[in-house]
Amino acid sequence: MVKLPIYLDNAATTSVDPRVAEKMMACLTADGVFGNPASRSHSFGWQADEAVAVARQQVADLVNADPKEIVWTSGATESDNLAIKGVAHFYQKKGRHIITCKTEHKAVLDTCRQLEREGFDVTYLDPEPNGLLDLDKLQAAMRDDTILVSIMHVNNEIGVIQDIAAIGEMTRARGILFHVDAAQSAGKVAIDLQKLKVDLMSFSAHKIYGPKGIGALYVRRKPRVRIESQIHGGGHERGMRSGTLATHQIVGMGEAFRIAGEEMEADNARILQLRNRLWNSLKDIEEVYLNGDLEHRVAGNLNVSFNYVEGESLVMALKNLAVSSGSACTSASLEPSYVLRSLGRNDELAHSSIRFSIGRFTTVEEIDYTIDAVRNSIGRLRELSPLWEMYQEGIDLNSVQWAAH
Amino acid sequence: MASDYLDHNATTALDVRVLAAMQPYLHGAVGNPSSVHRYGREARAAIDQAREQVAALLGVRATQVIFTSGGTEANNLALQGVAASWSTPGRVIIGSTEHPSVIQPGLALQRRGWGVDELAVDDNGRPCMEHLAALLRDDTRLVSVMMANNETGVITDMAAVSAVMKEHAAVLHCDAVQALGKMDVKFTATGVRMMSLSAHKINGPGGVGALVLDRAVQIQPLLQGGGQEFGLRAGSENIAAIVGFGRAAELLADEWPDRHRHMLGLRQQLEQQLLEQLPGVVIFGHQAERLPNTVFFAVPMIDGETLVMALDEDGFAVASGSACSSSKNTPSHVLLAMGVDAGLARCAVRVSLGSDNEAGDVDRFVGSLKRQVNKLANMAALAW
Repeated sequence: MVKLPIYLDNAATTSVDPRVAEKMMACLTADGVFGNPASRSHSFGWQADEAVAVARQQVADLVNADPKEIVWTSGATESDNLAIKGVAHFYQKKGRHIITCKTEHKAVLDTCRQLEREGFDVTYLDPEPNGLLDLDKLQAAMRDDTILVSIMHVNNEIGVIQDIAAIGEMTRARGILFHVDAAQSAGKVAIDLQKLKVDLMSFSAHKIYGPKGIGALYVRRKPRVRIESQIHGGGHERGMRSGTLATHQIVGMGEAFRIAGEEMEADNARILQLRNRLWNSLKDIEEVYLNGDLEHRVAGNLNVSFNYVEGESLVMALKNLAVSSGSACTSASLEPSYVLRSLGRNDELAHSSIRFSIGRFTTVEEIDYTIDAVRNSIGRLRELSPLWEMYQEGIDLNSVQWAAH
Repeated sequence: MASDYLDHNATTALDVRVLAAMQPYLHGAVGNPSSVHRYGREARAAIDQAREQVAALLGVRATQVIFTSGGTEANNLALQGVAASWSTPGRVIIGSTEHPSVIQPGLALQRRGWGVDELAVDDNGRPCMEHLAALLRDDTRLVSVMMANNETGVITDMAAVSAVMKEHAAVLHCDAVQALGKMDVKFTATGVRMMSLSAHKINGPGGVGALVLDRAVQIQPLLQGGGQEFGLRAGSENIAAIVGFGRAAELLADEWPDRHRHMLGLRQQLEQQLLEQLPGVVIFGHQAERLPNTVFFAVPMIDGETLVMALDEDGFAVASGSACSSSKNTPSHVLLAMGVDAGLARCAVRVSLGSDNEAGDVDRFVGSLKRQVNKLANMAALAW
């Protein structure tokens, strides 16, 4: 018997790995390493500082970076803000043009909007229908005053993997800085910052079984990248981010990254099997559309639109599945997913989309339950749907003149 | 050897009861509060409860509490956020003994064309009200004055500050990071319109703080993104830490004023012993009203840095200044602003007590201090 609801929302957040939680517990109470790492005058501080150094090394190791290149933040949102505003404010005399993509996370898009209000010029590239960027279009968008390109590694909704190696070659050749939001890729896709020509990279802990409230920004040292600090104060993190370090959270992130480094390959193989099992059992349903490229895709993500099913009723029908949906009622905004819209999906398909994100703790029994639940719900909802009936009768719905009420 | 922790202004150990409240959120399946499924709704409910607990402690409505990653971010949000709501630069007034997380954002505003006026303090570290009145100008947008100083523990009469500003439109911000847990902090009673708080100073977890504010204040977010925290602070919420902050706030309210009485007793004991047993000792801000836990003192001619290292070997954790600046070998800007001679400022040692300390800790600390001071004085005499 599986425990309900089944958690298939690992792209939103993951549960903390018990091994991570154990390390965190040791850095909280009076019998543990609770000191302020900035306290230089006593052993409580030194022990905390040492624990932070170990974690910094663990995070650096996963992505083959130098620990001095890792700046702790409160999460990937702050990392994105710091990278983009930090570069924009530092290099604004050099140029004021930034390139990003319409399918980026809100932390990137809203930050770019803010910079536009400050007088920067931002180009928002359209992705191809499969969610990937056409690099020729990126090349064409680059200008002499372009200072930054910000492209995410793995998309949070559709899981597609952008070719950041190729983009890095292009930006480096033009002397443009390259920021990558890797919140959804670190620990799931191999990252080698010695090879990739990425200048700044955002990380999150809670997407890979670490704690919430902690993230990091990679800031390249060779060639050196400069950013203007956004949170000012005691001069922590080499002056790039002030604020007392939360030792337990940092230690948790370090442990999560260490485990990811060791177990990523095995996790990915197992997770991919589960995803294939799920997709293979859904794809033969009529009028089902996979959103995003299947090949260039992170193992745990499956994003599917079920045509002729009303989005909100689908979510209600799948209440035993903790999944994310492109439908209005599941998010704070009333808009259907802007990511799916950017791929050219119409509102109906965007509304009827479901994101299944499989994780380290997902079981085959849970996937089988999910398959049955989805197949049954789609069948039942379509039986009730007049649109489905019309489609079955061969009526072209786009040509129907609906009566106004 | 077990160590005695006497550096509670730097950080405090997590209360085990707070840990118990955090436990369900530190591991296991915890959703993203932005998700509508059951895991997400449970996470949302936990945050709502914590917001109520913090609001209750401060005597405000829950919608006035904006969770941040800590006190530094709260201070930055207050200063930069208010400044960003103005299309043209104005002026800000900042206390001369403020924490770096207020002074530095002030300097960042200065680089963007804002004027920064430094509010002087008297020789006991109290802001000078006449000076404040003189500094207030038509284009002064914000005044930031801390409720209690992290180094000296000197308390600002916030009601007096707000009285001076009564006829002025500038927003009064108060860094109450060190005050919370050691004073009875009530938002409305202070007359301030924004207040910064931190959880790890009140036996809560690191990595979480709050900006409490009058929602009529015009303010822009520091972090853009998912629209969390009423649109004023983006980023997936740090649920476990927020829950811990809420519980720590609740415990503080429950145990007030016992904690205050206990710490004050220890401080008075410590000060009495210092004055009796260490001839020439100087207690900074001695004439001012101070936090019940903080004693910032100097033994003339004995270097503070060296002394705290010696005390650490005896198992006593104290500081020579604030943790944030203790890596730098410059004398405290707080003491210099109070007119303390730089030589004496270099001798400064800060003891900050907690409700987990006991009278015996103070006795043993003073014993160790006397021993180490004599040793260092003899070494200095030999070197001479």
